[in-house]
Amino acid sequence: MKRQIPLIITFSVGALLVLAMFIPHDPFAAANDELSVWFDIIASFAFILGGGNLLRIHGDKIYRRRRDWPYSIVTLGGFLLMLGAGLWSGAVSRGNAMAPGSLFQALYVAAYAPMMSTMYSLLAFFVASASYRAFRAKTREATVLLLAAFVILVGRTPVGYHLTSWIPQPFEFLEIPNLFGWILAYPNTAGQRAIMIGIALGIISTSLRLILGIERSHLGGD
Amino acid sequence: MLRVVSTVLIVLLAPAAQAFADPPSPPPEIRAADTPHDRGRSVDLSWSPSASEESGGVTRYVVQRAVDRPEEFHAVVTLPAGSRAYTDTSVRDGVSYFYRVRAVGPAGESESASAGPVRASQQWFNPRKSNLLVIAAVLIGGISWFIFQASKGRRLYIRKIAGIEAIDEAVGRATEMGKPVLFIPGIEDMDNVQTVAGLSILGNVAQLVARYETRLEVPTRRSLVMSVARETIKEAYLKVGRPDLYNDAMVYYITDEQFAFVAAVDGIVVREKPAACFYMGAFFAESLILAETGNSVGAIQVAGTAMPTQLPFFVAACDYTLIGEELFAASAYLSNDQKMLGSLKGQDVGKAIAAGFILLGVALQTAASASGNGALVNAARWVSSLFRINP
Repeated sequence: MKRQIPLIITFSVGALLVLAMFIPHDPFAAANDELSVWFDIIASFAFILGGGNLLRIHGDKIYRRRRDWPYSIVTLGGFLLMLGAGLWSGAVSRGNAMAPGSLFQALYVAAYAPMMSTMYSLLAFFVASASYRAFRAKTREATVLLLAAFVILVGRTPVGYHLTSWIPQPFEFLEIPNLFGWILAYPNTAGQRAIMIGIALGIISTSLRLILGIERSHLGGD
Repeated sequence: MLRVVSTVLIVLLAPAAQAFADPPSPPPEIRAADTPHDRGRSVDLSWSPSASEESGGVTRYVVQRAVDRPEEFHAVVTLPAGSRAYTDTSVRDGVSYFYRVRAVGPAGESESASAGPVRASQQWFNPRKSNLLVIAAVLIGGISWFIFQASKGRRLYIRKIAGIEAIDEAVGRATEMGKPVLFIPGIEDMDNVQTVAGLSILGNVAQLVARYETRLEVPTRRSLVMSVARETIKEAYLKVGRPDLYNDAMVYYITDEQFAFVAAVDGIVVREKPAACFYMGAFFAESLILAETGNSVGAIQVAGTAMPTQLPFFVAACDYTLIGEELFAASAYLSNDQKMLGSLKGQDVGKAIAAGFILLGVALQTAASASGNGALVNAARWVSSLFRINP
């Protein structure tokens, strides 16, 4: 029964939403919107579950002095500080925790946003290191990738134009900006579309397996 | 001299002056109709431009509405000059409405004929999605047929997928090295099918981990994903007869914030140095940060996502990558269940049909461009329209 009920719910809701795609009449159309709202409500309550788990896992780690427990103090400290500041600022500013001058807003602007930006900016360095490994011309495919990457990178800058602007008109298709445009418009688009078609078919197939109850791995298998 | 100039100015400015002296002409051909193929509560309005619009005598149009009788009109919306249509979404189904559209200019407001009565209503089928319905029916029919065939015992051949084959190797390596296995089921919630696919793979990975008695770490960005991942792993451990090894603490919630989650996972990777990292699900900008950090500690990395923009990053930074559809195929492939494998064969039918139509479209478009033949141009357009997704 523990397995049957989720399967029945999955089938009913899945079939209803597939029908709602083609039937704009209520109750089908309304079901689409209503179920999205239901999901948001459940997800909102799940915040409590997540917060409780965070407190339990890190509290236990600190209590038992497990390996790297000082990091847990930082985690819990940050969590409780932001939670407290949010509640306090919300109460003082009549529900708007992000009101200008509030404690929560100050923490957000002075600490949270710079830390997020720092993590995001790491991407620039990781792109360089990953590109270095990916573009080493060890194989024929990697060489093609390297050449395409060179054209794209240089083609995005004025250098690309100046490097090949001397090419006579009958061969202007060999100018780097033209090659750059061609690579993006044809091989890149074709590859992307092939992947998208595969993804669309994969989603349909997976959804069908879930709706029919054939796919049960997320429920722990048979 | 002054008299001559005055006369010339009067002659030149007379039409414009006339335009500003009289109220603008009413916009003709006002039409009101129920919005077609929709879920109701909507009326489409259209009108032709007022004759005064061209000479600058119209600055805006005022749409007015009356209920039940063409009396007591109230303004619904004011639109700038040049507007030709409006969709009124503030109506109720089954109620009769009358509309009029008045042109307003510097010299006043025009009269207007009224259009109506019109009643908004819901439709039971959206014919603009007929093509989608046919495509869905063909695909679902094909997939269901192969599932049926597989359930009758027909053996189906599925090509080897290197990324999935590597899962066993990666878990085995972690076991030999005595290091943990890290699994990230994407950063999206349970309403994303990629997360469901990722958790399905987690179920199979968890069985291997339980069999080999290796440590598993599953940090999550969503509380709901944490709950489902726990159930999935618990059932997997139970299935291989090792419920004693299961521990709730192996799946834990970190934060909903994208880059805070990345920072935490990077910290875990650097401190725990997992021997195998799996990234299965929906990822965004954090994909490369996670994969490069895993690479820096020498972990075998297997990624799978259906986010086309993130695939190049995973391909560059991971040892194996499940590209798009392979992510969705992985669970079926790992389970070796014939019915699940049958659904993969059904996907292949879909791919064959798509490839056939692509070839047909390319051939028709090329022939149409080369010959300029009207019939070929129309045929190419028709093939293209078959796959257009309408709202």
